[in-house]
Amino acid sequence: MNGARLEAEVEPRQLLVYFLRDNLNLTGTTVGCDTTSCGACTILVDGKSVKSCTMLAVQADGTEVTTIEGMAKDGELHPLQRAFHDNHALQCGYCTPGMIMAAAGLIQRGGDMSEDDIRLGLEGNLCRCTGYHNIVKAIQQAAGEMKSSATV
Amino acid sequence: MIPAPFDYEVAESAEHAVELLGQHDDAKLLAGGHSLLPLMKLRLASPSVLIDIGRVSDLSYVRDAGDRIAIGALTCYEDAHFDETLKSSCPIVAHAAGEVGDPQVRNRGTIGGSVAHGDPASDIPTIMLALNAEFVVRGPTGERTIAAADFFKGVFEVDLAPQEILTEMRVPKTSSGWSYLKFHHRAQDWATVGVAVVLGDGSNNASVALTSMGERPLRAQGVEEALAAGEDPASAARRAAEGTNPVSDPMGSSEYRRQIAPVLTRRALEEALSR
Ligand SMILES: Cc1cc2nc3c(=O)[nH]c(=O)nc-3n(C[C@H](O)[C@H](O)[C@H](O)COP(=O)(O)OP(=O)(O)OC[C@H]3O[C@@H](n4cnc5c(N)ncnc54)[C@H](O)[C@@H]3O)c2cc1C
Ligand code: FES
Ligand code: FES
Repeated sequence: MNGARLEAEVEPRQLLVYFLRDNLNLTGTTVGCDTTSCGACTILVDGKSVKSCTMLAVQADGTEVTTIEGMAKDGELHPLQRAFHDNHALQCGYCTPGMIMAAAGLIQRGGDMSEDDIRLGLEGNLCRCTGYHNIVKAIQQAAGEMKSSATV
Repeated sequence: MIPAPFDYEVAESAEHAVELLGQHDDAKLLAGGHSLLPLMKLRLASPSVLIDIGRVSDLSYVRDAGDRIAIGALTCYEDAHFDETLKSSCPIVAHAAGEVGDPQVRNRGTIGGSVAHGDPASDIPTIMLALNAEFVVRGPTGERTIAAADFFKGVFEVDLAPQEILTEMRVPKTSSGWSYLKFHHRAQDWATVGVAVVLGDGSNNASVALTSMGERPLRAQGVEEALAAGEDPASAARRAAEGTNPVSDPMGSSEYRRQIAPVLTRRALEEALSR
């Protein structure tokens, strides 16, 4: 869990997102729709983006889970976090953790990161405020930086 | 939106899953969970036991098997979408896997789960039907294979007994033209209508299959017959809605779907012929 080993007992029916929020107090991961549509609850499981409202906590047993709280290292913002800040890629901020985690999944997956690739890659994440433009710009900036410094 | 309580078991292998299914009444297999968990959250499904096959990693593979390609049931869409063997030897599967939902859905949802679920709005069953795929199923008495054409029975209804698990899908290698066109409203949506075309040696023995045009994926028999009789693709495509019985739902009325199918079929045939 965000780089540390975590052991916990959970009821099988507990959804991962509620385990994170209610049991671990990791409230950076938000719930928008609860129906796998909006992407607000996106986290990384073994490096892959996943909607945590549609995964059981027990299914995460033995995996590496990363949430928005695990992105900054030693007080330094992750390049994606900094790029969202630099590009004013958020307004209310509700979708932001999910956007950043979805973007991290796309970057981790490798492949091209053109504007079109990014827009298509975000098809599972909704933002009601920004119009997406600055989000795409931020991700492009971060992807470029991360590629050149190879700190995926 | 919390599922009703259930017991949770982890299967170590396909055989173990069959064994566990035999030990519990009212148990369901859990693969990617991207059809089952939403249903359970809405309490439209409330199995008393979930048997998690998501950890059976030796059911996640794409293998070259001579004239066919074998796809393990637990292969997720995203892996299939980027798989080099599929991209070069059966590109329609790699392409269609990338058309399902969004990247997060594709990271969890499995090819086998889509086939086993039997939703007529799903993309992969249509592709399997167009390819004349063969499915491998394991049960208490051993293994059997079944043709895609015989597998899909009705809405959420497939030829799987309660104690059986789907383990593999076998698709032919294709070197001819193909297309899968999906008409949908928003990027991540299900198909209002989908059309798969796989050409044989030339346009007059194409197989054409439809998504969301009835209670199960359907072959567009009228179109296939017309093409076999030598009609040109544009006029053959006009028969796409023949014998179909699409639902009316928020994505579109039955009438609307019957209007779209021929147009999409013509475009799919043109795309396949240009490849
Ligand atoms: C937001 C969203 C958008 C989506 N968009 C699309 C789309 O555009 N197109 C599309 O086709 N699908 C779409 N889906 C559905 C997705 O493809 C599902 O992942 C798929 O239908 C089921 O696969 P799964 O591995 O998640 O199966 P699960 O949900 O785990 O299981 C589904 C059913 O199949 C059974 N099952 C699963 N695996 C096996 C097996 N190996 N043997 C026997 N039975 C088995 C289970 O018991 C259960 O009854 C979408 C889903 C979501 C949540
Ligand atoms: S809360 Fe999970 S996708 Fe919207
Ligand atoms: S910033 Fe408000 S929803 Fe995206």
